[in-house]
Amino acid sequence: MKYFVCTIIFTIAVLTTFAQNPGDKKTFSSYTTTIPGTTVDFKMVPVPAGNFIMGSNEKDPQHKPDESPQQKVTITAFWMCEHEVTFDEFELFYEDQSLSVNSDVDAVTRPTPQYIDFSLGMGKQGGFPVNSLSQHSAMMYCKWLYKKTGKFYRLPTEAEWEYACRAGTSSIYYFGDDSTQLDQYAWYKTNSENKFKKVMQKKPNAWGLYDMLGNVSEWVLDQYDENYFTTIGSNASNPLIPPASRYPKTIRGGGFDEQAGMLRCAARNKSLALWNRRDPQIPKSKWWLTDAGNVGFRIVSPLEQPTPEEAEIFYKKY
Amino acid sequence: MQANENSSRRNFVKQTSLVAGGLVAAPFLSRANFFSGASDTIKVALIGCGGRGTGAAAQALQSKQNVKLVAMADAFRDRLDDCLKELNNDDITDGNGSLKSKIDVPEDRKFTGFDGYQKAIALADVVILTTPPGFRPIHFEEAVKQGKHIFMEKPVATDPVGIRRVLDAAEIAKTKKLNVVVGLQRHYQNSYRELFKRKEEIGDITSAQAWWNNDGVWVKPRTAAQTEMEYQMRNWYYFNWLCGDHITEQHIHNIDVINWFKGGHPVKAQGMGGRQVRKGKDFGEIYDHHYVEFTYEDGSILNSQCRHIPGTMSKVDELLVGTKGSILCGAGTIVDAKGKTLYQFDRKTENNPYQTEHDELFAAIAKGEYKFWDAERGAKSTMTSILGRLATYSGQVVQWDKAINLNLNLQPSAYTWDTKPQLLPGADGMYPVAIPGVTKYV
Repeated sequence: MKYFVCTIIFTIAVLTTFAQNPGDKKTFSSYTTTIPGTTVDFKMVPVPAGNFIMGSNEKDPQHKPDESPQQKVTITAFWMCEHEVTFDEFELFYEDQSLSVNSDVDAVTRPTPQYIDFSLGMGKQGGFPVNSLSQHSAMMYCKWLYKKTGKFYRLPTEAEWEYACRAGTSSIYYFGDDSTQLDQYAWYKTNSENKFKKVMQKKPNAWGLYDMLGNVSEWVLDQYDENYFTTIGSNASNPLIPPASRYPKTIRGGGFDEQAGMLRCAARNKSLALWNRRDPQIPKSKWWLTDAGNVGFRIVSPLEQPTPEEAEIFYKKY
Repeated sequence: MQANENSSRRNFVKQTSLVAGGLVAAPFLSRANFFSGASDTIKVALIGCGGRGTGAAAQALQSKQNVKLVAMADAFRDRLDDCLKELNNDDITDGNGSLKSKIDVPEDRKFTGFDGYQKAIALADVVILTTPPGFRPIHFEEAVKQGKHIFMEKPVATDPVGIRRVLDAAEIAKTKKLNVVVGLQRHYQNSYRELFKRKEEIGDITSAQAWWNNDGVWVKPRTAAQTEMEYQMRNWYYFNWLCGDHITEQHIHNIDVINWFKGGHPVKAQGMGGRQVRKGKDFGEIYDHHYVEFTYEDGSILNSQCRHIPGTMSKVDELLVGTKGSILCGAGTIVDAKGKTLYQFDRKTENNPYQTEHDELFAAIAKGEYKFWDAERGAKSTMTSILGRLATYSGQVVQWDKAINLNLNLQPSAYTWDTKPQLLPGADGMYPVAIPGVTKYV
């Protein structure tokens, strides 16, 4: 356990000692970036530093054991994309002819071609979320975006994700405790007709983040730890469970095919080897997942940007 | 065929041998080929150790029966070694633990080169045939000759001569009661099975559409020391004697679904295709798109499209339109003529069809049942895809009866590393490509 905590502290050190980018310090407000050489842009909204109570209360009838004991967690400031990464955005990376495909040696390399159409007819171009990809693919996209824009991007930590999702609230959902209101905010089992939808069609949370709950569920950085809340302990600052094995990793937010219980701010999900069971080849793809149509991701960028060396060390872990 | 539900597997095999011995001129059956040793272990040989072969072997070993991998064959030693290494990985399965205890392939049961398959087949009760499809006819023939149960991947041939060999061997397999499963896995997928059960809800099927549009597959560049034969074997997807073009190698899945639901095969085809993006010497002779109009005996039409072009719309699916409604296969939905949903498959109940193929095959073998005779169906769907290729390459209307009887044999004169394949590059390194209106196939 001591070793484990040390590992976390080391990782936090890496994450929090990032050199400051002077341009970012003056104003901490939303910004829009156009991906260089394209007309595709995305908006990043500020998530202010602060602390919150993470996890769920045992009185919540849908509470699960891996969501407690609740802990006070402190988070430093970051930007988060207002929407889930779209297929249009991801395609720029996926089709970037200047990159190698599935290289073992290149720092940034593209996913292999999709064996089938993983959107399963639910939609691709025009604002649909990219889906059915591995955490590795999601992080490679972040790395590509960093090389393209010069700004450091990554997945949120599990704690950052829940902090951003709650947006200052402590209720079951970020709009209160009444699941019947979910239809105004989220695509889920009850209203999705079993398909994900174009991003940003429902109401955002208080910090301007759309589809945090529902539509596609979202990869975070953390290895899944069933005892997460005892592992991080009390008064943790920027906790992160470092990568240890391919499975299970943590997924948040619930998806279009899940019930309201999985759309609670505190609900946790984990990746399984089964999510690639229908890949007919071995070794199975490290890029695509055959049975995870409801899994996508969202990017963040820390206010304190890392040096290029720190960024490199960080990306290598994923 | 009636299943021999009451006989044990050992008895069943004995009976099969006797029956086969009575019906076939050269039965080639010895006791050593069947379940030798004290245990009831089902012995498996893997012929073709690429990514799909490795996957199929892992699925065989994960079936609920007492299965052991005892022999492997591949043209290339490095492919065989990689495959065995993967199979021995601790996390090879989807959470079912290691397969190490089910793998027993010592050095003297690893066979490389073109003829290794015969020796590997001889050591097994069940063979997995997963080489590039050009070899399937000779491998299937040999496995049937040796009286083995068979899992073989689609497609089952790349030319009409190969199709006829598979059809002939399929008849012998039936008389020998050898279970044969072909990896057209939609037949083993819950959603497709449920849709098939309900196909009457759309009345008579009057038209259909099938799609396999995506970015394409890997390319293996030529290396200095390779003979032409070795190069083509490594970069096999781009040579028709090995692959059959992507209309055969991949799009067969979708075409086969339409044949399945129609209960037959088309009588003629015409279409168009070419290579717009897949240019250059790395891409052999295959096209990057085909669009084929297949006509069935009752006049109904299948519009089939397949494309391997990056950055274009991707879709892998089938649609059947009937007098009373439609079946949307990918979505698992049946709608009436006005678009109202009549049936929706619940995705949560979907299975892994690649695993189910092996679960059902090995269960039948363990029980001594004769339940699977997929070879004829697989051959006819493969032939349908070849019919489409002949149509797009020639630009002519191609009749099924004429095409299946063509003396078209794409295979090399011999299988050795120094043999020149029929298709060779020109001085500029480019391979000749079929040109509609000029190329004659019929």
